[in-house]
Amino acid sequence: MTKKTFWHKLKSQIPLQLMVIPGIIFMIIFCYIPIYGLVIAFKSLTVTDTIASAPWVGLENFKIAFSDKFFWESVVNTLAISFLKLGIGFIAPIILSIMIFELKDGWFKKTVQTISYLPHFLSWIVVGGMLISWLSTSGLINTFLVGIGVIDSPKNYLVDPNSYWFIAVLSDVWKSVGWGTIIYLATMAGIDPTYYEAAKIDGATKMQQIFHITLPLMKFVITLMFILAVGGILGSNLDQTLVLINPLNASHAEVINSYVYKIGLAQGDFSYATAVGLAISVISLLLVVITNKLSKKVNNRSIF
Amino acid sequence: MKIADSKPVSMGLPMPKVKKMKENRVFNAINLLCISVFTILIIFPIWDIIVASFSSPQAQASAGIRLWPKEFSIESYKLVFNDASIWNAFMISVLKTVVGVITHVFFTAMVAYGMSKRNLLGRNFYTALGVGTMFFSGGMIPTYLLMKDLGLLDSFWVYIIPSLFSYFDMIIIMNFFREIPSSLEESATIDGAGVWTIFMKIIMPLSMPVLATIALFNGVFQWNDYMTAKLYISNEALHPIQMKLYTIIVQQQAQTMQSTASVVIPTTSLSIQLATIVIATVPIVLVYPFLQKYFISGMMIGAVKE
Repeated sequence: MTKKTFWHKLKSQIPLQLMVIPGIIFMIIFCYIPIYGLVIAFKSLTVTDTIASAPWVGLENFKIAFSDKFFWESVVNTLAISFLKLGIGFIAPIILSIMIFELKDGWFKKTVQTISYLPHFLSWIVVGGMLISWLSTSGLINTFLVGIGVIDSPKNYLVDPNSYWFIAVLSDVWKSVGWGTIIYLATMAGIDPTYYEAAKIDGATKMQQIFHITLPLMKFVITLMFILAVGGILGSNLDQTLVLINPLNASHAEVINSYVYKIGLAQGDFSYATAVGLAISVISLLLVVITNKLSKKVNNRSIF
Repeated sequence: MKIADSKPVSMGLPMPKVKKMKENRVFNAINLLCISVFTILIIFPIWDIIVASFSSPQAQASAGIRLWPKEFSIESYKLVFNDASIWNAFMISVLKTVVGVITHVFFTAMVAYGMSKRNLLGRNFYTALGVGTMFFSGGMIPTYLLMKDLGLLDSFWVYIIPSLFSYFDMIIIMNFFREIPSSLEESATIDGAGVWTIFMKIIMPLSMPVLATIALFNGVFQWNDYMTAKLYISNEALHPIQMKLYTIIVQQQAQTMQSTASVVIPTTSLSIQLATIVIATVPIVLVYPFLQKYFISGMMIGAVKE
C-alpha cells in the first residue's frame, strides 16, 4: 500500500475509527494499566507513594510470603477446595447430563432442566444467606440429621472449621451442577441417533450404550471443559468465601483471593497483597499448561 | 464433530429380547428416581426459604421441616418495607442494572460495529490488544489503585464505567453483525446515510436477538454483583441490595455467634434476612423465562470463556 492510499483509506475510515477507538482506550485504561500496576509486587508501596515513585525491593515481598504461615494456610485451603470442586464439581454435571439425556422428551424433562439451571442465577450472597439458614442449629440440615438419628444434638456447621471444605464444595456443586449440563446436553443432542438404533438392534443395554457410544463421543468436549475448569479453579472462590467465612472457621476457609483482599484492602499492605495475587496467577497458568500437555496425550490434539 | 471410534462397537452377544427390555425398564426406573430426588434437592432449599419468609417470626426461629408456612404471616416483609435503607439499596440495584446494561450494550455494540469491518485499519492490532484482556489481568489490588486514581471510589459510576465494555461480548456481537447482508448497508450508503446512521437505524434494530442475549446476561451480572460495592464503595447509601444483604447476613452471623451461650437470637434480624433474600431474588426469577430462551445459545458461545 502506498502512503497516499493509506492516508486516503484512513480518512475515509474516520467515522469507523471513532467508534472503535473508545473501546481501545477503555481496554488500555482498565486492563493494561492494572497489568503495569503489577510492578508494585516488586516494590514497597506506602500510602504516600505513587506506583512509579515507590522504591524497588526486588523479590522481598515474595520472600515474606514464603515464610508467612497464613499465606501457606490459604494456599492449602485454596488447593484443597479447588481440587475437591474440580473432582466432584466436574464429574457431577457429566453424570447428570447423561441421566437427563436418557429421560423421554416431555414436560418432566423440561421441568428438571428448568429447575436445575435456576441456582446458577442466584448470587452467592443469596445462596450464602440460604446456607447459613439451612446450617444453623434450627435449620434444615440439623433437623434432618437429628431426625434420622445420625447426630444426637444440633450443631452449627458454619462455625466448625472441619466442616467448611465440604460446605464450600457441596454448595458450589449445588449451585453449578445443572448449569454445567448445558454444554454436554448440546453435544449429546448432536450425536447421530442411528448409533443408538444400531446398538439397540445388536442388543446393547442402556449402560452399554452410555459407555460405548455417548461417553466416547464426548471425549473431546469433556477434555475441553476440564482444561477450562483447571484454568478457573484457583481464582474462583472469592464471592463464596467472603460470605461464608467467619472468625471461627477462617483457618479452613481463608483462600488466596480472600487473603489478598484482607491484607490488601482491609490492612492496606498493597505491595504484599499484589505479590501474593501474582504468585497464584503464575501457578494457575502453569496448571493450564500442564493440563493442556496431558490433553494432547488423551486426544492427540491440544486446545491451543 | 469428529467421530471418536471408527471401529465397530462391540457389545457382546445379543441378549434375548425380553431380558433386554426388562433391564432397560429397570434402568429407566432408577434413572427417574434419581432425577426426582435430585430435583427435590435443588428446589426444596429455595422453597424452604420462601416458606420461612412467610412464617411468623416465632416459627422462623423454631426447628422443623416446613412444606408450607407455619402461622402464615407477612410480618417479615412489613419489617423490610419499613426499613428505608433496604428500599434505598433496592433502588440502587435497579438503577445500576438499568444504566449498566444500556451503556454496556450500546458501547460494546458500537465498538463491535467498527471491528466488524474486515478492512478496518489497525484491526489486527486492536484484536491482539483485546485478546490480551481475556487472558491477563492486573488483579484486585492494581485495579483498586486504578479506581482510586480515577476518582471512582465511593462513586455510583464505579458500577457503570469499568463494566462499559467486554471484549468477549464484543466478539459475539461482531460475529452477529457480520451475518447481516452487506447489501443493506450499501443501499443505505447510496441513499446518503453515514456510518452512524447505518449503525443506529439498520444494524442495531436488526441485531435485537444478540443484543437481548448480552443485555440479559449483563443484567444478571449487574444485579447479583456485590463485589464492586465491597471493594470500592464504603458509603452505605450507595450500596446495592446484594451488598445490603451481605451486611445483614454478616451482622446476623456475628450476633448468632455471640449469643450461643445465652441462646437469645434476635428474631427480627432473621426475619429481615429471610425477606431480603426473597426480595433480592424476585427480579432474577422474573427474567428467568427470558433468560432460558437465550442462554443455550449464549452458553454455547460462552463455553470458550467460562
